[in-house]
Amino acid sequence: MQESGFKKRYILLGLYLLAVMLPLYWLLNMSFKTNQEILSGLTFFPQTFTLDNYRLIFTDAAWYSGYINSIIYVVMNTAISLAVALPAAYAFSRYRFLGDRHLFFWLLSNRMAPPAVFLLPFVQLYSSVGLFDTHLAVALAHCLFNVPLAVWILEGFMSGVPKEIDETAYLDGYTWPRFFTTIFMPLIKTGIGVTAFFCFMFSWIELLLARTLTTVEAKPIAAIMTRTVSASGIDWGVLAAAGVLTIIPGALVIWFVRKHIAKGFALGRL
Amino acid sequence: MSLMLKGVAKSVGGASHIYPTDLEVGSGLTVLLGHTLAGKTTLMRIIAGLDTPSSGRVYHNDRDVTDLPLRRRKVAMVYQQFINYPSFTVYDNIASPLKLAKLDKAEADRRVRETAELLRIDNYLQRLPSELSGGQQQRVAIARALVKEADLLLFDEPLVNLDYKLREELRQEMTRIFSERKAIAIYATTEPGEALLLGGTTVVMDRGRVLQSGPSLEVYRRPVNVRTAEVFSDPRINTASAAIADGRVQLGATAFSLPAGMAPLAAGEYIVALRAGHLRLERRDPEDVCLAARVELSEVSGSETFIHVRHGNVRWIVHQPGVHSYRSDDEVKVFFSPDQLFAFDSNGELRHTPFAAAA
Repeated sequence: MQESGFKKRYILLGLYLLAVMLPLYWLLNMSFKTNQEILSGLTFFPQTFTLDNYRLIFTDAAWYSGYINSIIYVVMNTAISLAVALPAAYAFSRYRFLGDRHLFFWLLSNRMAPPAVFLLPFVQLYSSVGLFDTHLAVALAHCLFNVPLAVWILEGFMSGVPKEIDETAYLDGYTWPRFFTTIFMPLIKTGIGVTAFFCFMFSWIELLLARTLTTVEAKPIAAIMTRTVSASGIDWGVLAAAGVLTIIPGALVIWFVRKHIAKGFALGRL
Repeated sequence: MSLMLKGVAKSVGGASHIYPTDLEVGSGLTVLLGHTLAGKTTLMRIIAGLDTPSSGRVYHNDRDVTDLPLRRRKVAMVYQQFINYPSFTVYDNIASPLKLAKLDKAEADRRVRETAELLRIDNYLQRLPSELSGGQQQRVAIARALVKEADLLLFDEPLVNLDYKLREELRQEMTRIFSERKAIAIYATTEPGEALLLGGTTVVMDRGRVLQSGPSLEVYRRPVNVRTAEVFSDPRINTASAAIADGRVQLGATAFSLPAGMAPLAAGEYIVALRAGHLRLERRDPEDVCLAARVELSEVSGSETFIHVRHGNVRWIVHQPGVHSYRSDDEVKVFFSPDQLFAFDSNGELRHTPFAAAA
């Protein structure tokens, strides 16, 4: 009785995993095939294994510059978000001021508007100040949803540190910046890591703002991928290889924070 | 060295946490005694400068320090929780105030080691606080407070979170440490026993007010009012209303002749009080007063027994050494010597104490 229930659970879990992993496998499978094979029929393994698709991406500047652009603005965004959110989250976790709860909630409500709403103002604004088609433009635009998220996650982690530690430090003679960098930040390093991961992730997968705010110089990989249609049709193999390479950075980052990721999803409040 | 509070009050959102208070504290150890929510922590935070008073001023060595920023104050504080810098080793924890004061390296090292030795943590200097036991962590916190030789040391119930044995041990060491220091040390506690053991001065607080301050033993022997006696007594002091007339005391259904010490008291209604340890279950002296009582509850704590008894409307606690077992509704005879009674008037002010006036 108990054993059959045990088995049933495994069957369900196996089916679920299959459903989740199949598209990923198919992507990987396709990336090692030639276009001819992809279009000719159903094969579970590449019949003619090829690395040409990857070779093309790593040699063609039009392709690899997309990755470089994406990484530049994502890293910039993560740095800016953390730099802004750390002091803000400290203020929310340590001080009571007029309207603090409302302001804190308002921050989160920023995430409730679709980014597309801000598209037009961003394009207009960045064009007029000469930021259009720069990495900074995308990095700043992504702060719109990453800073509120970072403040929420960091505030949760910071509130877990007793405020008596701050007081002891001030009584010991620490200035705020010194206390914050030498004592407080090491205490919430998990939180900072998790926050950086979330900022990285959301900025990495965001397509609409990144594509619209750039044309040539800072064009992200996701935008390049949507333009693989050529006179000879869609280059399926290259597209699949690009897709695989796009998943890798996220998988790498998630590996570093895998133990703490649940706490991040709970906004640091576990 | 002196610390003076003038009219210090604190209210938060309309609720008074501290009513206007004047207090003067000299160098040496002062115990701030009061139940939870008496305002001990609030008062300490104001003295430390962590909170600003709603009104009133704080003077340290005759200088107004009410608005002085924290960093410029010479204050050290030890909390109830074990507060250390978790990412620093024990050595760096203790050394951190000295490093910030830009003290000469060799001198700082000497002082860190000396203080660590005093608190018996010199074997753990290279460990992180999380690798120490609770008692050792609190020792690190105390060492960090002591090492900078601040004029003002604040201890907010530092031993509460420790187990019984460790508390005893550290308490004894605290007495030794304080006796060697020239600083104003304020020590908050809820335990009357701690106040008596540490000696020095005791300030009794209750519900945001300072009830009495003076040498610990003096306050213990002559509490100005019933409430002070209650706070400075564990278990709570037994009280009952009694009438004095014609040289006799009427206590519930029992009457006895007025003890010699209470002779000057005028006839009238009084509140008599007696510490639980002064009630006995056997007669020791022919003069003892005997109350027939009924047991309501008996609790054993360690090697002591607290028996809650009832005599008419009078509900008292008998504190007996040793383990005894009584069942509810057992009939017992409770004895006490009338010479050990305190008497307060109907307003709760002290009228008689069993102790002779201080010499």
